[in-house]
Amino acid sequence: MTPDLLNDGARRLAEYQAKHDAREGVSQSGGQAASFSRLVDSRTVDLAGGGILYIEDISVSFDGFRALNKLSLDIRVGELRCIIGPNGAGKTTMMDVITGKTRPDSGRATFGSNIDLLRLRESEIAQRGVGRKFQKPTVFEQLTVFENLELAAKTDRRARHTLFAKLSSAELDQLHATMKTIQLAAHGQAIAGNLSHGQKQWLEIGMLLIQEPKLLLLDEPVAGMTDEETERTAELFLSLEGKHSLVVVEHDMKFIGELVNGGQQTTKKIVTVLHEGSVLAEGSLASVQNDDRVIEVYLGR
Amino acid sequence: MILKIRHSQAAIKQLRLLFAAIGLMFCSFAAQALTQAQALAISVGENDDRVAALTQALATPDPALSRLIDALLDDTAKVVSGKVLIVTSDKTTDAATGQETTAPDNAEDIVNNNRLRRELESAKAALGLFSDNVETRTAAITELRASADEKKLPLIDRALAQESDVALQARLQQLRAAMLIASSDRNKRLEAATALASSSQPTVKSLLQGRLAAGVETDPEVRAALTTALRNIESRLAWGERLGVVFSGLSLGSILFLVALGLAICYGLMGVINMAHGELMMIGAYATYVVQNAFRQHFPAAFDYYILAAIPVAFAVSALVGAALERTVIRWLYGRPLETLLATWGISLMLIQLMRTIFGAQNVPVENPSWLSGGWEVLSNLTLPYNRIAIVFFAFMVLILVYVLINKTRLGLFVRGVTQNRTMASCMGVNTARIDMYAFALGSGIAGLAGCALSQIGNVGPDLGQGYIVDSFMVVVLGGVGQLAGTVYAGLGLGVLNKLLEGWTGAVLAKIIVLVFIVVFIQRRPQGIFALKGRSAES
Amino acid sequence: MNSQPLLSKSGRIIVCVAIALLLAVTPFLPDFYVTLLGKIMCFAICALAMDLIWGYTGILSLGHGLFFALGGYAMGMYLMRQIGRDGVYKNDLPDFMVFLDWKELPWHWTGSEYFVWALFLTVAVPGLLAFLFGYFAFRSRIKGVYFSIITQALTFAAMLLFFRNETGFGGNNGFTDFKRILDIPIATPSMRITLCVITGLTLIAFYLVAKYIVQSKYGRVLQAIRDAESRVLFTGYNTLWYKLSIWTISAMMCGVAGALYVPQVGIINPGEMSPAASIEIAIWAAVGGRATLIGPIIGAFFVNGAKSWFTVAFPEFWLYFLGALFIAVTLFLPQGIMGLVRKLSGARQGSEK
Repeated sequence: MTPDLLNDGARRLAEYQAKHDAREGVSQSGGQAASFSRLVDSRTVDLAGGGILYIEDISVSFDGFRALNKLSLDIRVGELRCIIGPNGAGKTTMMDVITGKTRPDSGRATFGSNIDLLRLRESEIAQRGVGRKFQKPTVFEQLTVFENLELAAKTDRRARHTLFAKLSSAELDQLHATMKTIQLAAHGQAIAGNLSHGQKQWLEIGMLLIQEPKLLLLDEPVAGMTDEETERTAELFLSLEGKHSLVVVEHDMKFIGELVNGGQQTTKKIVTVLHEGSVLAEGSLASVQNDDRVIEVYLGR
Repeated sequence: MILKIRHSQAAIKQLRLLFAAIGLMFCSFAAQALTQAQALAISVGENDDRVAALTQALATPDPALSRLIDALLDDTAKVVSGKVLIVTSDKTTDAATGQETTAPDNAEDIVNNNRLRRELESAKAALGLFSDNVETRTAAITELRASADEKKLPLIDRALAQESDVALQARLQQLRAAMLIASSDRNKRLEAATALASSSQPTVKSLLQGRLAAGVETDPEVRAALTTALRNIESRLAWGERLGVVFSGLSLGSILFLVALGLAICYGLMGVINMAHGELMMIGAYATYVVQNAFRQHFPAAFDYYILAAIPVAFAVSALVGAALERTVIRWLYGRPLETLLATWGISLMLIQLMRTIFGAQNVPVENPSWLSGGWEVLSNLTLPYNRIAIVFFAFMVLILVYVLINKTRLGLFVRGVTQNRTMASCMGVNTARIDMYAFALGSGIAGLAGCALSQIGNVGPDLGQGYIVDSFMVVVLGGVGQLAGTVYAGLGLGVLNKLLEGWTGAVLAKIIVLVFIVVFIQRRPQGIFALKGRSAES
Repeated sequence: MNSQPLLSKSGRIIVCVAIALLLAVTPFLPDFYVTLLGKIMCFAICALAMDLIWGYTGILSLGHGLFFALGGYAMGMYLMRQIGRDGVYKNDLPDFMVFLDWKELPWHWTGSEYFVWALFLTVAVPGLLAFLFGYFAFRSRIKGVYFSIITQALTFAAMLLFFRNETGFGGNNGFTDFKRILDIPIATPSMRITLCVITGLTLIAFYLVAKYIVQSKYGRVLQAIRDAESRVLFTGYNTLWYKLSIWTISAMMCGVAGALYVPQVGIINPGEMSPAASIEIAIWAAVGGRATLIGPIIGAFFVNGAKSWFTVAFPEFWLYFLGALFIAVTLFLPQGIMGLVRKLSGARQGSEK
């Protein structure tokens, strides 16, 4: 090998690296280095593509009724996405598909760039980092607040492990911290079934947080909450922005407004309008609110 | 020409009557065909000799011989000093002469071993061939078919010559062939094999199979003829068997369906697991029993039609009991299916004990009306009992009525409304509590109808319902929730499947296989055949 | 809570007293009561097993009688072999096989002469059957009433199977006329007392195991499944393995109860697999109080005590009583006797305050 060739090679490598680094600088990889040699573990979500959730052409029908009709949706890492739509627009079915409860007739849904959601069970999807809050607050009514959170905490989910599991002090700290976050620190030993509606909502949110999901799906999280509780919830969600990706389905436009306009992030937050199982409009809150088709769907009938 | 034949036939008939009359006179007044010596030979001696004597005597049948055979079979024949006497409790007669005598003390009993008894039985049957009664003759032919042998051939020939009934002639011909098949003459055997090919009797089939067994029939040509005949019969019989399986499957299916229909209304439409459903059936069956007794006592003339009165009574009684249960117990348990299950099981225990207290622990007899007893002989080996045919029709009628009730009436509309969205229906002004009660009473009433139907084909006892509860729940599970069509298909399907399997594996294994099948099926389709997909079906 | 010891101080005292009572009193009980006590304690184990699966996990099994009977049959096979040549036909084979004109033991009787093998089968057969059945049922998300009905069908099918002579378990009559266990005569007072004490100790041991299970995080997951299974799923637990494991454990406990029951009562037949027998287990747990551990034991004692009294005093009223009990407990006492006790003591404490 001649020195010429060696030099030539070194120069080309330097050029390539310069170009590649420059590209990485502008990529939306969520802070993860997207090198060619990175290991792709099927259990850990790969966010190098910059998106956390890709939904493509998903269709679901129940006995002839099309709940979802070629729905496509992308959520970026760290994004807070609000989804609105009239009743029967397919919001809950969409969440069912993402969390593995419903299998679609056609289409693709991937978590990050490597996890095919359509091939996993609910529990596996949850373990990969998708958390879901139900419309109706769903907590373990016969257990205490503390136990509810303990079960949700991110630990080994296998049966044989739980039989001999002991709480470490780090986990205890985390539990108490979460109880403080959701303002239930004083109610640790209360039976969850005896909490007020709003407190149950908070407990469920707390259970989601302690699960440390990468993507949070929230189905009408402020339903039945007082105005003050709603405000606090909005604050909480805004504080999560950036650390988690959030998808919020909500009817309450005031709450949506608070979410979209609040927070420190400067980029415009996108609001998606669903109608009859597919995306009707997407854009900033103002543009969506002024969209003629959206107005027709919401008010025209 | 035709006229002539008819004329000659009439003449033969008259002639025969005349002979018969003369024969009768002969018997009562004049010399006997059966001699003392013959009677003695039949009654005592070595078995082989006795059989030979019997066969010989049969060549000239007469009433004295018939009396002797009866006496030998009843063990009332005794022997004393070379005479055979027939000793009954009120009088003693001489077997040969028929004259009354006194029974001496030293009369010896005659011992007949099983072989002789068989011979005597078949001799008795052979004599039946000459009876005036068509039914006796038919029975005699059937009896003889079971023990056909060549020695009785002359007897058959004579009977054939006398026989006037065309159908019986044909059967006698076959019987003759069945006897000839064992003849020592090869040509006769060949002829018989050809004649038997047109038969459709299961006994002929086993006869041919016996002849075809290794070492019995050696002549290859006869064997070939036998094989052809056997194949013909088998294909004819196979149809009967196939239809029989399908019909018994249909019958069982319609019963299952009838039982499950009420359950489907309670569970499918209302979400109530009613473990006492079987006991509501039992109440319907007992109501039928009570109506039957009332008719027997008060309107014996109309007894044949008691079932028509029993149907509405069974419905009403079960519906009332059901409504009472709904009001007192089940109402408080809506939305708690597991608790409902336990509570209704408790109800069923109490109802069983109640029936034991009232009617006793034994089964009670429920008679078919005469027009439901007997059956329709479709093929020689396929008789469809009228009561089972009636139940298939009855189930079909009930299905139509329920369909109309649910889909075309206001009550049905309300029931469907409450089923689909209770709150909404209640907001629209539907009295949901009352609709619940009506629907439950309807389901219970149909259980009563099922009980009424079951009383016609099986035992009526306190445990009647227990035997059906698992099966009927399987039908509901298989059929899917909230679907009457599913219940129909599942009921009929399970019935036919069960009977098909029974043919291969026997009843118990068939039932087990069906249960396993259902468990596996539920794996594949947890919501049953007709699943209601969607959000409403989940949770 | 979490670092809670298995038993509180008073709990430890109660367990010790129970053991002491069992050892001290049983030898002085009349024969009839020893057998009755032993029998009821077997039933209490079943009720405890039922409570784990129904009270704590929310899955109502109507087929636990099957597991009980299978355990009983496993032990019964050994006891039949122990009869040796002392049967009616003086043959090495069990009498019913001689009667059926069988010349040798069927394959599934292999090893039945060894006590250890019988003990193994006692837990392995119910466990394996429960595992297989549960795996398919839970995997396809059969739950609630559907599951209950399918388990009822399962035990019904098994009953039909065991009624057949060809199955090789004595048909209608099952196994009876046992002579010996471990070569010691079985029908002696001392053997009865020994078996009764062993049953009592097993009950206490199972109680402690159950207590450990429900106090562990595993137990809390079970209760969470009962309260909101979808939440458990979306929290990332694969509920299949939780339900399957507790279902199998519960079936094994029933198998052990059956194995203890057979030598004491001296008979096992397919009647134990009837749907009615299984549903009665559920009512023991319900009467005592679901989702408490002591409740099912009390319930088993209460219902079976009442049964043995009724069947002597008013046999014709027993079914009325049992039926009424089913209705009354579901309508008025969903928490059972324990709930009543809690309510009463709660009311007293309330009035004292």
